[in-house]
Amino acid sequence: MATVEQADPVLKEDGEGVRRRDFINIAALGVAGVGATIAVIPLVNQMNPSADVRALSSVDIDISSIQPGQAIKSTWRKQPIFVRNLTPKEIAEANAVNVSTLRDPQTLAERTEEGHENWLITLAVCTHLGCIPLGAGEGENKGAFGGYFCPCHGSSYDTAARIRQGPAPRNLEVPPYTFTSDTVVQIG
Amino acid sequence: MSFPWAKHYEPKNPAMRWIDERLPLPRLVYSAVGAGYPVPRNLNYFWNFGVLAGVALVVQIITGVILAMHYTANIDTAFNSVEAIMRDVNSGWLMRYAHANGASFFFIVVYIHIFRGLFYGSYKAPREMIWLLGLVIFLLMMATAFMGYVLPWGQMSFWGAQVITGFFSAIPVVGEPIRQWLLGGFVPDQATLNRFFSLHYLLPFVIAGTIILHIWALHIPGSNNPTGVSVKGPQDTVPFHPYYTAKDGFGLGVFLILFSFMVFFLPNALGHADNYIAANPLSTPAHIVPEWYFWPFYAILRAFTVDLSFFGLFTIVEAKLLGVIAMFASILILFFLPWLDNSPVRSGNYRPKFKIAFIILVLDVLVLGFCGQMPAEEPWVMLSQLAAAYYFAHFLIVLPLISHFEKPLPLPGSITEAVLNKHRIKGERDALPGMGSATQPQPAE
Amino acid sequence: MKIILNLIGAFFVAILVWSFGAGAVEYLTSSHEESVEHKFHEEPLDVSFPSDGALGTFDKAQLQRGLKVFREVCAACHSLNQVAFRSLTDLGYSEDQAKTIAAEWPIETPSINPETGEAATRPSLPIDHFPAPYPNVVAARAANNNAVPPDLSLITKAREGGAPYVYSLLIGYRPVPADLPEANRPSTGLYYNPWFANLNLAMPAPLTSAGQVTYDDGTEASLPQMAKDVTAFLIWTAEPTLPARKQTGWAVILFLILATGLGYMAYRNVWIDQKH
Repeated sequence: MATVEQADPVLKEDGEGVRRRDFINIAALGVAGVGATIAVIPLVNQMNPSADVRALSSVDIDISSIQPGQAIKSTWRKQPIFVRNLTPKEIAEANAVNVSTLRDPQTLAERTEEGHENWLITLAVCTHLGCIPLGAGEGENKGAFGGYFCPCHGSSYDTAARIRQGPAPRNLEVPPYTFTSDTVVQIG
Repeated sequence: MSFPWAKHYEPKNPAMRWIDERLPLPRLVYSAVGAGYPVPRNLNYFWNFGVLAGVALVVQIITGVILAMHYTANIDTAFNSVEAIMRDVNSGWLMRYAHANGASFFFIVVYIHIFRGLFYGSYKAPREMIWLLGLVIFLLMMATAFMGYVLPWGQMSFWGAQVITGFFSAIPVVGEPIRQWLLGGFVPDQATLNRFFSLHYLLPFVIAGTIILHIWALHIPGSNNPTGVSVKGPQDTVPFHPYYTAKDGFGLGVFLILFSFMVFFLPNALGHADNYIAANPLSTPAHIVPEWYFWPFYAILRAFTVDLSFFGLFTIVEAKLLGVIAMFASILILFFLPWLDNSPVRSGNYRPKFKIAFIILVLDVLVLGFCGQMPAEEPWVMLSQLAAAYYFAHFLIVLPLISHFEKPLPLPGSITEAVLNKHRIKGERDALPGMGSATQPQPAE
Repeated sequence: MKIILNLIGAFFVAILVWSFGAGAVEYLTSSHEESVEHKFHEEPLDVSFPSDGALGTFDKAQLQRGLKVFREVCAACHSLNQVAFRSLTDLGYSEDQAKTIAAEWPIETPSINPETGEAATRPSLPIDHFPAPYPNVVAARAANNNAVPPDLSLITKAREGGAPYVYSLLIGYRPVPADLPEANRPSTGLYYNPWFANLNLAMPAPLTSAGQVTYDDGTEASLPQMAKDVTAFLIWTAEPTLPARKQTGWAVILFLILATGLGYMAYRNVWIDQKH
């Protein structure tokens, strides 16, 4: 660079010098552009869930006091969840359905854990637009299929929390969970 | 607006022409910071600081908007929410350190910008309005910075708010009601924090608006330059783009290196340890100091230790009120500067006596700053009294006198003449290889 | 107009010169004795930590030892409000280990009895922050001879002198010097420590004997070792993102130097045909 700076510019105006200078200008602009792009990443990423929110990803629930036929509402990642102890009749009703006729075909066995088929654990978030369906509380409307009923737009879920009627596109979502003992289930 | 030889926007691209015919925004940008703005060809690196101040404001607004997404303006949770930003929010520590140090860099850049204007006479006709708008920006910055420092609700936040709003209680009769009105209570509390958050979010946009006026006013006479000689013709100027965009790009790189060094390696060096203690209204820190950019003004405030009395019989003005008046006056007198300094020569380079006074002023402000961060003990109070006395004397007495008595050096006929002169001197040196240029008699520049 | 401004200037200058004169007379006529606090006060010891310097990062083994000292010595009186058990994974613990540390922490997290709603406590979970030893300031004051033990989360940032100050204070307890004036001698419940601002603090020496804590990794638990380890731990609690900050800093600054170098060359190129 030093030689170019001190030399008479008119003499250096040949093709070689111009090309080299253009290259440096383009490189400088390119590097500045790359830097600006990289700087945007943290500015965008800061809006993702923070570490304290991400840490809420697992919760232990004591299920010892839930009688067959009862359900409780709890929370996981600040979302409501249903934990339901199915009666043998409800299990039979769910298994009697021809899966291929369902909008979101799944069997009850696919939606519960082996050895704990009576425990139906789902998000309490209607897959239509996110309302909390009724049916977990004592005396609430369970809808036409005996499971859950969403009062917002009339979606009805059956005893395996599968969508049977109304606008919801999918069954209530089953979160990841494991039974850490017979009475405690860890969600997440 | 601008010079007759300024290039006009001629869109090459049909899409740009389509936009320009309907909304002449491309034209505005072209004439403001593009090839359509002719700028004196001899600007030195001190002329980078205007653009850098603009960049600093943008950094503050971006990081500030982000911090506001995570911060809670509540006296019980504000301190913890700031710590949550530091620990849990993705890159939150970067946003907060950049914002805290960004405030300091904003002030560093603006102080250099102001002193550049003082030395090269950029406040003189026909640029008075640019200077006045700049001072308005400076006042808005100080208000914004003060309120921002209160938001983390640490010990210095709380006691800084207590002390600074206490200035107003020095005003007779209406002072205490004004203070309570500012705070929304008797001490800084929830109401104070909420309103400071609201205003701290608002004022930067007012600053941005004032900057637009500042730049608009700049484009009427065009930029000043190191010779202070007005532009005479097209040979004196180069288009802003690409010449000064390239130079500002390089300046921005240097600025970002220094800024990053502070943010990543010394992020707390410019802050105060006490602000990592949550606010406690029942315990005052041993030594309350404002942020460094307020130190000179704090020193002026504390320099007034003697009541003004009528031959010792009765007090006319208390020392506390005098200090507050002087502190505000120290900025207000700058508004009168264009009319206090009547010298027809702008640049300090051609004003030998002014140059000496200017150097003393710079040292004087540094001394004031040093005194401002020391405890209010002797000998610092005495030193700040002398320094404050010179500060007022400089603007209100020394400058008017100098402009009256000084005999300026001969000015170059034009910017181009000054530039060619510089190159001719350099050329002569280069033309005599083997002879040490130090031994050559050098014409004064 | 100009005359008025000149007069205002003269007025301020006159007052300041008068104030200066009054101050100078008093300064010259009064005696200047160094305050006792100033005379006996000690500057922080010269001590280094692995996290110091532009390349510094945490020594996880040291942080784990520091956690043990904190747990067995400091936690009885001091809270650590800003730190969550989940972040102990930074110290090299697995998530399960962090969970165990939380569950076995000597102080439990305040909670409510799920049946009655009455105040109760429960073992801590990883998402909980370190539980405070006292439920509120009044209780802390009452239990500690009217002095509130400060929260330690940010202590290395919240004190002038930072981590070396904390380290010096921990091992800085000394017998009261014979020439210390009566007014500055520690009263009941105060302890002499020349690193503390007013020389007497309410905290009794927390680290009293070598081997007070038994380290799991076999490090010899001398007094300076324990003080250094717990201080390192408190540097971490004050800024767990410190390693990320320094690493990012290097990448950013090296990139900026490259970009600025190119920017300088581009700037010279643009100006090559212009005299200025």
